[in-house]
Amino acid sequence: MIKNITNLGDAALYCDFGQEVNRATNLNVINFFNNLRDKNFSEITNISPSYNKLIISFDLNLTNFEKIKKKILNLELKKLDNKINKNVKIPVCCDEKYSLDSKRLETKLKISFEKILENFFSKDYFCYMTGFIAGMPFLGDINQEIRLNRLETPRVKVPKGSIGITEQFCNIYTFESPGGWNIIGNTPINIFNKENSKNPALINPGDKVNFYKISIDEYKGWNERK
Amino acid sequence: MNTKDGMKENNFEVIRPGINTTYQDFGRKNLYHIGVPFSGAMDNRNYLISNKLVNNKMNSAVIEFAYQGPMLKFNGESTTFAITGDVNFNIKRKKNSILEKGNSYQTYNLKSGDQIDILSTNRSVYGYLAIAGNIDVKLFGNSCSTNTKAKIGSNDGEKIKKGDKIFFSNLSNKTQIKKLNYINTKIEQIRVIRGTNYNYFSKESKNIFFKNEFNVTKLTDRMGMRLEGNKIKNIVDTNIKSEGLIKGTIQIPADGNPIIMLSDHGTIGGYPKIGVVISADYDKLVQIVPGSKIKFKEVSLSDAEKLYKFYNLETQNILNQIS
Repeated sequence: MIKNITNLGDAALYCDFGQEVNRATNLNVINFFNNLRDKNFSEITNISPSYNKLIISFDLNLTNFEKIKKKILNLELKKLDNKINKNVKIPVCCDEKYSLDSKRLETKLKISFEKILENFFSKDYFCYMTGFIAGMPFLGDINQEIRLNRLETPRVKVPKGSIGITEQFCNIYTFESPGGWNIIGNTPINIFNKENSKNPALINPGDKVNFYKISIDEYKGWNERK
Repeated sequence: MNTKDGMKENNFEVIRPGINTTYQDFGRKNLYHIGVPFSGAMDNRNYLISNKLVNNKMNSAVIEFAYQGPMLKFNGESTTFAITGDVNFNIKRKKNSILEKGNSYQTYNLKSGDQIDILSTNRSVYGYLAIAGNIDVKLFGNSCSTNTKAKIGSNDGEKIKKGDKIFFSNLSNKTQIKKLNYINTKIEQIRVIRGTNYNYFSKESKNIFFKNEFNVTKLTDRMGMRLEGNKIKNIVDTNIKSEGLIKGTIQIPADGNPIIMLSDHGTIGGYPKIGVVISADYDKLVQIVPGSKIKFKEVSLSDAEKLYKFYNLETQNILNQIS
C-alpha cells in the first residue's frame, strides 16, 4: 500500500504508492482515496489521486503533518461498495472535421486511420485520474500498436470535446485548452457539467470508459435529441 | 429570497470593469480529484478584514480586483462599503459632485447615485471591496469564487464586464463608520520548504535557488506566477509522472525557470517540485508585482508551522481591533 509519506509544503501529505505506473498501483491509490472520502475527515480539505501518488491537503488550523500522518497510517481500509465506480459510455465522432491528427497518426504509425480507430474502439479504458483542467480524465491503456508521442508543438487551442491519445493514455478535453495530445475525434456530450452540483465530473478516478463511434449526422443532432 | 430587495434594484452598475475583477470568498474544498482547484480570495487576510469592517459574515462574497479596479455606480438604498489592500480610489458623490479621496481600511456611506472609482493598487496586486449586505452570487461547490478557466462560480465563470450589474440583498446602513490602522507590510523574502523533487537539481542550482533573486514576469495571474533568473539545472529528469499539485508549489520545467502555482492552478502537473511556499507567506507572495524581484529563504516544516500560528494570531489581533 503506501510505501512512504512525506510532506508537500506545510499543509499536505505526499503519499507514495510505488514507482511503477500500472493498474494495480493505481487501484491501490483509488481504493485509499475512496476510503478517505468515505471517512469525511473535517480537517482534510482536498485529496488528489494520481497514477501512483495520493496528495492529501489539510487545514493547518485544525491539524498538522505529524498528527494527520499518524491518522492516515492507522486508517483501517474497508472493502467499499463497488458501485462507487461506474461504467461510462462516450460517443465519439471521428469525421475529418474532428480528427485533427488523422494524417499525422497514419504517417507516424504507418497504419490506416480506419485501422487505428478500429483498434482504439476495440477495448474499454480505465480512469487513472481526473484533473489538470476540470473534469479531464486520464484513461488507459491503449494498445501498443497505436501509441505515439505528443505533438512536437502543442496546439494553442484544442477544441472542447476533443479525444486525444498519447503514449499509453487517452483523454478528453473538457474545455477548450492548450494541449499536445493527438486528436482522433470529438464527443458531443458535456464531460464536465457545472449544473450537476453533486457530481459535475462525468468520469471519476476508477471509472471504466467505453468509447463508441457515431456519424457526423448523429453528432450534429446529438444535443437536439434530448 | 431577494425579491423584496431585488425589486428595489439595489445594485452596482459596472461603468469600467477593471483588469481582473471577480467575485471571491473562501474558495471551494474537496474537488481536486475532479480537477477543480480551491480558488478563493488570493490575499486571505485582506479578504477577511474587508468583511469584518462592514460587519458581514466572514465567508461573505466580496469583489476582488487586480491592478486597475472597477468604476461602479451604486443604485439603491444607502449602505456602507470598505476597501482593503493598498488601493487608490475616489468616491464621487451624487449630492454635490465632489470627488472624495478614499482610504483603504475605512468604511464609507454609499447613497444612490454615488460612484466608486478604484484607480489602482499601489505597489501590490490585489484589493477587495466589501458591501454591508449580501452580493447575489451563484454558488458552485459551496463557493461563489469565479474560476475563469473552468467557467465555474458566479457570473458564469467570467470576469466582471462593462455593463454588468452586481445585485445586492439585505443591505445594511446600520454599520457604524469604522477605521482600522493597518499597513500592508512587505517582506524581504518568501519562505519555502523543500519540495518532493528537491534532489533533482544540481548542488549549485539549489544554492542559487535560495541565494539569488528572481524576476517576477508578466506571465503572472490567479493561476500561477512565472519567474526568471538564473536557470535551475535539473540533473535527474525534467519530467515526473503527472501527479497532484497544491497552491504554493514551485515547479521547474525543462527551461529552468520556476513557476509558482497560485489559487486557480491546474490540479495535475508533471514538472519536478523544488519547493513549496509556506502557508504563512502566501498572502504576501500573491501581492508581489510583475517586474519586481523575489527571493526565497529555506525553512523547516516545524518553523513553517510556528510561522503559520503566528500569522493566524496576527490576523486575529487585526480583526479584533475592528469592533
